[in-house]
Order: sequence, then C-alpha cells, then structure tokens
Amino acid sequence: MPKVKMPRKSTNVDMTAMCDVAFLLLTFFMLATKFKPDEPVTVVTPNSISEIPIPDADIMLITIDDKGRVFFGVDNKNVRKSLIEDINEYKGLNLTEQEMNNFAVGASVGVPFNQLKSYLSSDPAQQKEFDKSTAGIPTDTVNTSDQNELAAWIRLARNNNPKLRIAIKADGDANYLEVKKVIKTLENWKIFKFNLITGLKAVPPGTAAWEAQNAGLKSK
Amino acid sequence: MAEMDVSSGGGHKKGPGVKKGKKLSTRVDLTPMVDLGFLLITFFMFTTTLSKPKTMEINMPYKDEKVEEKDQTKIKESVAMTILLSKDHRVYYYEGLANDPTTPPELKITYFKPKDGIRDAIIDKKKRVEELKQQGVLTGKDQLTVLIKPDPSSTYEDLVNMLDEMAINDVRVYAIVDITPVDQEFIQMTEQANPNTQ
Repeated sequence: MPKVKMPRKSTNVDMTAMCDVAFLLLTFFMLATKFKPDEPVTVVTPNSISEIPIPDADIMLITIDDKGRVFFGVDNKNVRKSLIEDINEYKGLNLTEQEMNNFAVGASVGVPFNQLKSYLSSDPAQQKEFDKSTAGIPTDTVNTSDQNELAAWIRLARNNNPKLRIAIKADGDANYLEVKKVIKTLENWKIFKFNLITGLKAVPPGTAAWEAQNAGLKSK
Repeated sequence: MAEMDVSSGGGHKKGPGVKKGKKLSTRVDLTPMVDLGFLLITFFMFTTTLSKPKTMEINMPYKDEKVEEKDQTKIKESVAMTILLSKDHRVYYYEGLANDPTTPPELKITYFKPKDGIRDAIIDKKKRVEELKQQGVLTGKDQLTVLIKPDPSSTYEDLVNMLDEMAINDVRVYAIVDITPVDQEFIQMTEQANPNTQ
C-alpha cells in the first residue's frame, strides 16, 4: 500500500502569455505588410539581379500572361474612376454608375471594349470565369488602328495622371511578339522609359556586377 | 488567470424560497482566443506580402521618325556585337554588325549557361575591345556595344535574361532592335548546317 500520497498538481496552463504573443505577431503582420494585389491571371516573371523596388504609387501595370494575353490596370481608385469615365465617353459604352464603380474598385482588366460592359456588370465569380477564357486587350504595333485598344487605355490613363510610371509584368514563357507589340505601342506614345517586373536572383560570382557589389561592401 | 471577484456576497438573509446564490467560477479559459489569434495570423501570412516586387529599368533608344538615317550615331564595327535570340532559349551571336553583304558573319550557337555560354562570349569580346583601346586603335570613349535582336520564336524570358547579362557584365551600351530578314536567314543557314545541336 503506497505510503506517500502523490501530490496532485494543477493541469491548467496559463494561456495569457501565448495570447499576448499571438496578438503581437498579428499586429506586426497587419502593420508591416500589404495585401497582395488581386490579379486576374497568375504570372511567373523571369528573374534578374536588379534590386530596384517597384515604385509605391502611380503605377500603370500591363500584365502579359504566358499565352500572350494583355491585361491593363492602374493603382489609384480615383484615377481608375476618371479613367473609366473617359473610356465610357470615348467609346460610347453606356456604362452605368454601378459598373463604373465596379471598375474603380477592381484590379486589372483584360477584355476588349465591346465586352467591357458585360464584364463589369458580372459579379466577381463570373469575372474570374471570364478571365480564364478572355482574349485580353487587343494590341497592335500601330497606335492609330482601332485594333490597338491598349493604346487608347494608355493614352487616357496618362491624361488622367501624367505622373504614371509604366510597369510591365510578363510571364517568362510569353512569346516575344506580344511583348514587342506592347513595347511598340509605348514607343509610339513616346514612352521610352519603363520597368519590367522581375524576381530576384543572386549576382553570379566572378562577374563584373559581383565585383562592383563587393567593392561597394569593402569600402563601407 | 486574471481574476475578477464578482462573486456575490453571501450576506443575504435567507428568505423563504430564495435559492442560495451559487458561487460561479471566475476563471476564463483563453484557449479559444489564442486559436482565433493564430487563425488571423495565418490569414495575414498568406494574403499579404512583406517584400515589394523588384523591377528592372529599361530605356529604349529614342525614336523619332523625323531624324534621318545619316544623322543617327553610327556604331563602329569593331566594338559591336550582335546577339540573336531564337527558339528553345538558343542564342546566336556574331561580332560586328553584318553590314558587309559580301562577308556573311559566322554565327556561333550558345545558351544561357554560366560557363561557356553567352556570358563568356560577352566577357571575351569586352576584353578584346579593351585591348584595342590600349593599342590605340579605339578611343577612350568607345565601349562594347551590343545589339539584341529577338526573333519571333523567342520568349520574354530570353529577353530578360539577355538584359540581365548586360547588367551582370557591366555592358552600358546596348539596344533592343528588330531582327532583320538577313539575320533570320543567317539563323536558318546555321540551323541547317548544325541539325544536331541540342
């Protein structure tokens, strides 16, 4: 018969500390990060050694997916609102206020003008379906042709915000011809300076860039 | 746990039919709160991003239809290197600009390998330009000039890799130019001559 009675200890763990840590981490993530922008297509960009970060504001984003479809977006809600109003006027699309607001809060669009009204009047789930099969915004190498709708988007967007910087986010497997059409469209509007969004890769050792990087580090 | 003593005092008179106030436990179990906290953290971890995407700045050469051919700056053959991007990530290159129709250049085939690839070819050519400068054949202002000509079967990734090689090898003067039918012929001839290359 056991002579010593085992002292019973409490099995309740005090969860206060854990709760504090959880909310601290949560506050960090809420303040230090930004939501990933909602994109109609997933694009895998090629990598480069360039470390220049994308500018914070006033960006015009032209997305090209691996099948060569072109999508267009700007980042400011107010600019988007006035842009869609100009597009409505220019092309006579008869968009309702609701549809224009839908555009203003949305992300990139990739539909030709004649399908824009039906695209904007659908709900987000239908829009996602649309995005899978859409042909993208028609582009051409000449800006004066009606085929080149991207030229119209770019021109009206720049009218609404002259400070817009152009960023091209294209998939690595996109055929060069589509990218060339976009670049030619930009050149026709006298835009010769733009950014290509790329992933980051390490500088290969033994090359000129690597030496430049190390020389900078040594001198510090 | 943070204890709040809200238990009712036990000093009421016992009347007929009054139940004795049961002393309820004041311990709050915070486990569900922690669960919620971690759920929210996981949500934010998946839907946000800490780093902004990186970009590569491109400056295309200024094009004005009114500028005449003869006024545009001429590139010297000895400092120039032409790189043609073709299908399956192939890179053809030759020295000079192929301006002379009687002597077609010899196209060499390579890939984007770290060794024996296009990078070594560019480094080689750069060394030779430096040697010419030291010999006095070229002035101090002349630098290796690379013309990048992507053909219709190349991909965007080839172009970005090539522009990246320019940055890696510190080539300051380069331009993306339309491929000419002559260059495409060169590619076809080289492909026919070497059908077994990978």
